[in-house]
Amino acid sequence: MLRAENSIAIHTENLCRHYRMGDALIRAVDGISIRVVAGEFVALLGTSGSGKSSLLNLIAGLDRPTSGNVVVQKSDLAKLSREELAKYRLHTVGMVFQSFNLIPSMTLLENVELPLRFAEVDRDKREGLAKQALDRVGLSSRLRHRPTELSGGEQQRASLARALINRPRFLLADEPTGNLDSQTGTEIMNFIREFNEMLGMTIIMVTHERTLAERYASRMIFLADGKLVGDQSNVVSSASGQIRGGGL
Amino acid sequence: MKTYDMAELAVRNLRESFLRNSLTTVGISVGVASLVAMLSLGIGLQQLAGRRLQKSGLFDTVVVTSRRDLRGFNREQEENGPAPAESPALNESARQQIAQLPNVLEAYPDIRFITELRYQDKPYLTMMAGLPFSAKNNDAFDGMQGSFFSSDTAPEVILQKSFAAQLLGKTPKAGSEEASVTDLAKPLLGKQLTMKYAERTATPTTDTDKKDPSSANSAEANNPAGSAYSVISREVTLKIVGISDLDPDSMRGQARARIFLPLKLAQNLHVMQPSDLRDTTNMANGTPAYTTVEVHVKSPTQVQAVEDAIKKMGFNTFSIVDATRSLRQFFAVLDLFLGIFGSLALAVASIGIINTLVMAILERRREIGIMKAIGASDSDVKGLFFAEAGVMGVFGGFVGVALGWAIGRVINVGTNVYLKRQHFPPEQIWFVPWWLVLGAIAFAIVVSLLSGLYPASRAARLDPVQALRYE
Repeated sequence: MLRAENSIAIHTENLCRHYRMGDALIRAVDGISIRVVAGEFVALLGTSGSGKSSLLNLIAGLDRPTSGNVVVQKSDLAKLSREELAKYRLHTVGMVFQSFNLIPSMTLLENVELPLRFAEVDRDKREGLAKQALDRVGLSSRLRHRPTELSGGEQQRASLARALINRPRFLLADEPTGNLDSQTGTEIMNFIREFNEMLGMTIIMVTHERTLAERYASRMIFLADGKLVGDQSNVVSSASGQIRGGGL
Repeated sequence: MKTYDMAELAVRNLRESFLRNSLTTVGISVGVASLVAMLSLGIGLQQLAGRRLQKSGLFDTVVVTSRRDLRGFNREQEENGPAPAESPALNESARQQIAQLPNVLEAYPDIRFITELRYQDKPYLTMMAGLPFSAKNNDAFDGMQGSFFSSDTAPEVILQKSFAAQLLGKTPKAGSEEASVTDLAKPLLGKQLTMKYAERTATPTTDTDKKDPSSANSAEANNPAGSAYSVISREVTLKIVGISDLDPDSMRGQARARIFLPLKLAQNLHVMQPSDLRDTTNMANGTPAYTTVEVHVKSPTQVQAVEDAIKKMGFNTFSIVDATRSLRQFFAVLDLFLGIFGSLALAVASIGIINTLVMAILERRREIGIMKAIGASDSDVKGLFFAEAGVMGVFGGFVGVALGWAIGRVINVGTNVYLKRQHFPPEQIWFVPWWLVLGAIAFAIVVSLLSGLYPASRAARLDPVQALRYE
């Protein structure tokens, strides 16, 4: 298994995210301290409402902690300005969602190109890069299609291509196979594993399917009621036969 | 995000909800159109009035009289300055000096005299006046039958309608309808009149040779000794070339002339002027003086300066400059009010933009959330909504200007149809200058951008976690 280095890439310290809902205080994330080594494939497991998605949003820089710290590659996300946080989301992390979250009014090519626009990449380079990324996930024949014209698996592959387009160090996936049947789910998981092994990306994946986590993740972190309840390493058999070569 | 990318995305987003965004754009267009239409009418009317004033020659004219002429207007200005007896004479050299002043188009002497005319062996007594060739474009000759003088020295005359009626013995009785100028012109045009007049001729003195009498100026200038002149009764035959419907000399009141001849011709005839006799006694060098000199100024705004300059030379002046000032003020107020009404329409349109964009935020919450999740900054999102407002402004501005231009044109055509029915000549009452086109488009864009300010910053502040949760 390829590991970039044994340095700590993500590190949370007593991380809390509390919401107020009416009179009730909801402790979505409640004092979580974890360390993720670069190149790890971490699965965040827990029932719904356990705080796994909230934790992922904090690591993704989409949300800010109520207290505690999230340090990613030595920068404390809680201390970044809104603009810096946007840059962080643009360049450092790539996100994949359960509901794909492609923009319905845009073609696949435009969707995948969008982060390049935000990154101010020259327009003549953008299309080539986006095509390359879509080709990598096997969608080169679907460039001009809109998301609604595609199957769930194809949409998720497109969103994987979008997540990778700016070559981030981290891939954050929120139930990436939640809306897919098991066969397309496997297809997506194989892509994610490929990114982890071939590109050395650090993966943090939220899921409630323990079997899926056991098959792919090198580490499983269990959450319940916003608290860390378990953290275990997992020995995975690499399905190298399905891995395709080439880098982005 | 780069500006070009932002604009491109904005245009494609606008295309997505085509109907709603087009309606908003139409709203802006209507606002801009009413602004352009109202202002173009205001400007058009102002220009029309300006043209009329210019043609009437009233507002760009300064009448200069000598201080020696004690029949002045008795105004305050006449009490200051040199005493009448010490003031300069209003003669040819003074006229030339005035003509050299900045912003003066021309300065010509006013030559008028009462004389006897014979038409078909019947004598008529009336006031005649010389008309400079530049009077050709004066609106007093609108509706004139026949033509203007063929040259500045042609032996031709233009009759005022009332004098023409008198020649034909058709003087209207009180209460009855005036004869139309066309009817009067038919029997008179091309006919001959004989004018009897008193010619003033320099009397040759022993030490000067007799000069060519055909040139008034040289004759007078070359008579340095001369307070001596003779008055000889002469006759000249003149051809009637035009009958004017209006009264070209209305400014003169009682002294107005009813028959006009070319000014150069009148000068060359050396007709004895009423003031000649009076000036004989105190003339310095024998040069005849003019009763009044009319000065045409380039534009009404320069009248005051020219008047001041002429006063400094020691003459009395008179103009109707104050009237133009109040007229300009009236149009400034009119333009202001038309502009305010136009802007109200644009204000309504900008509320439309705010509404459309705020609705778009609600509709596109998720899209904004996605964009933020994949790395869009607040300023990207803000810029995008801002650009959408700007694009609507640009389109609305262009369409609005075209629409406003068309509305103005339609009003213009409609007015001319009405004028035609009332037997008035057509007029251009609507004018769209370039600054209005560019200004209206710029205004539409600025208003749209201002309207986009609030929705854009609201979109930028949207919490991505909330936005993505929203289904």
